[in-house]
Amino acid sequence: MSTQDQQSTTESLTLVQAVCEGLYGEMERDDDVLVMGEDVGKNGGVFRATDGLYEEFGGDRVIDTPLAESGIVGTAIGMAAYGLRPVTEIQFMGFIYPAFDQIVSHAARLRTRSRGRFSCPMVVRAPYGGGIRAPEHHSESKEAFFVHEPGLKVVVPSTPGDAKGLLASAIRDPDPVIFLEPKLIYRAFREDVSEEPYTTPLGEAAIRREGSDVSVFTWGAMAYRTVEAAEELAGEIDVEVVDLRTLSPLDTDTIVESFKKTGRAAVVHEAPKTGGLAGEISATIQEEALLYQEAPIKRITGFDTPFPLYALEDYYLPEAARIADGIRDVVNF
Amino acid sequence: MSTLQRDPEKRVQILDEDGRVRDGATVPELEEDELLEMYREMKIGRHFDQRAVSLQRQGRMGTFPPMSGQEGAQVGSIHAVADDDWLIPSYREHAAVYGAGVDLAETLRYWMGDERGNQMDGQPVLPSTVPIATQIPHATGMAWASKLKGENRVFMCYFGDGATSEGDFHEGLNFAGVFDTPSIFFCNNNQWAISVPRERQTASQTIAQKATAYGFDGVQVDGMDPLAVYRVTKAAVEKARDPSEGERRPTLIEAVQYRFGAHTTADDPSVYRDDDEVEQWKRRDPIPRFEEYLRGKGILDDERIDAITSEIEAEVDDAIDTAESTDRPDPSAMFEHVYSEMPDRVAEQREAFEQLRDRHGDEELLE
Repeated sequence: MSTQDQQSTTESLTLVQAVCEGLYGEMERDDDVLVMGEDVGKNGGVFRATDGLYEEFGGDRVIDTPLAESGIVGTAIGMAAYGLRPVTEIQFMGFIYPAFDQIVSHAARLRTRSRGRFSCPMVVRAPYGGGIRAPEHHSESKEAFFVHEPGLKVVVPSTPGDAKGLLASAIRDPDPVIFLEPKLIYRAFREDVSEEPYTTPLGEAAIRREGSDVSVFTWGAMAYRTVEAAEELAGEIDVEVVDLRTLSPLDTDTIVESFKKTGRAAVVHEAPKTGGLAGEISATIQEEALLYQEAPIKRITGFDTPFPLYALEDYYLPEAARIADGIRDVVNF
Repeated sequence: MSTLQRDPEKRVQILDEDGRVRDGATVPELEEDELLEMYREMKIGRHFDQRAVSLQRQGRMGTFPPMSGQEGAQVGSIHAVADDDWLIPSYREHAAVYGAGVDLAETLRYWMGDERGNQMDGQPVLPSTVPIATQIPHATGMAWASKLKGENRVFMCYFGDGATSEGDFHEGLNFAGVFDTPSIFFCNNNQWAISVPRERQTASQTIAQKATAYGFDGVQVDGMDPLAVYRVTKAAVEKARDPSEGERRPTLIEAVQYRFGAHTTADDPSVYRDDDEVEQWKRRDPIPRFEEYLRGKGILDDERIDAITSEIEAEVDDAIDTAESTDRPDPSAMFEHVYSEMPDRVAEQREAFEQLRDRHGDEELLE
């Protein structure tokens, strides 16, 4: 089954529950899949993303590791090279850096370095992003670090249905996937999700709202805020909202096609502006569709500052008014 | 055998569970005033903790990491260092940093999401470190710098049992051994790294014994016995300042203790540990033990305890009032202190942000 089967039984799930269901389904269909990380076993994960898996599959496949991110990812690389399919959890994206060396120097390159003899079919899951009044280092959006690294795929679901399907694809993928979960919307809403395992293909964006005046590209929790802003602008501006879903490889076809239709674009992301993916998307549009462009491409992003402690986080994150103003700038140019 | 040069599997203990001095134990010489101050700080640590958890429950504060059960280790150790020695804490050392002179209101402000709570102006304390174990190499570097400057200060780094699994623990302690820095690595082994028990964190019999591999002393102490903690830390401080021939300055102290509460207010410990275990450890609660000891010495009685209790409750009330009545940080403050001089691109973003606020007003913006 390659997409969610409308005929099968569904259950109403939040995004974090859908992640858990995705893990469950893949562990059930493939004995090589295992889950490892801090507090993923007995505790069921600090966000309950692995709730019940330990009881179902036991401690050899749902593994509470020592507190060591480099150890988690480094040993997972060894497991993957040796034929298993580990799904690692980094508790918060802000704590991924000890594992950075393992991810970029090894997971991303093992295939290239061994001329295809070894591969690294593993997933690094991490909750990311701000907006939940979390402590310091718990709110970062560092997707650009990983998109910059050849050999990695980077995926961000923004709906429960996508979370389950994209995670299944990530686990079945022959290459390492960084799977970033927008924790602001972990429990924000529910969606009917097929109980059977299914995959949602990597590398394909989803158009969340069709429009003709301007294309707005976004992902994760910002996809919702952008749709909200678009709804508020309805009647004034007809906004197309494209949820990229996979950040590497980018779905350039959908981006360019949407832009050719509207001739105007904005990108919304939580991460800081400088070096963020909005720049990459803008450059891609310029390369592929310059002659269609009617206005500068607007970057509506987090600021070039460290993510502030929570008293100011709502000012840091792009919110509906800032997104709407940015979209107006593009249209009224 | 000295306090430090001993089998790291033999725990240093002075008080038994009832607060009586164990047979053959050497009690450190402490003035009455200092003993009372230690008691007061332990009490305020506990009370502050309870109030902070309740503030979080009432939505008046964000996630908070409680420390009840760990007061003996924090207060016993902080009293063994000099006023100008440095502390490099993790994020659970509310009583230790208070003992070092940091206002409780500052600690509250930090956990209320205000960066200014991390400033701790004038105190020899580095801002708390949330990522695990990453402060350990900093502590070694500060101690190393101080040694290079020809000072005679000691640098005490706190971390938990979980931190000993991180690479930074190894690298920080290894550098300390190689460069013989005036360091105390104080491991608050509270048995649980969120849901992962100490025995799953390392196959070592003890954490203290890891010091052997770095070429310096490791000592295990009853972390719920403030006198034993004081004695061990004092010996480590003296050695760090003035080692004997052939001794290395650094020491790894493993203070064996228990966190009575959750890892943070976002955690539910009943999922992963039994109430029986918690109850067993509560019998070693450092506060009643120390209280009994002080009563036995005639330093403390009911009247004195009541007076201290009222005093600390008022102090915590004041700290909460101060923290809550401080203006929330100016939203534009997030653009400050990113660099010593604000780059143009950051200044432009601040300008655009201020225009956005003028245009919409904060209420609409945060809707």
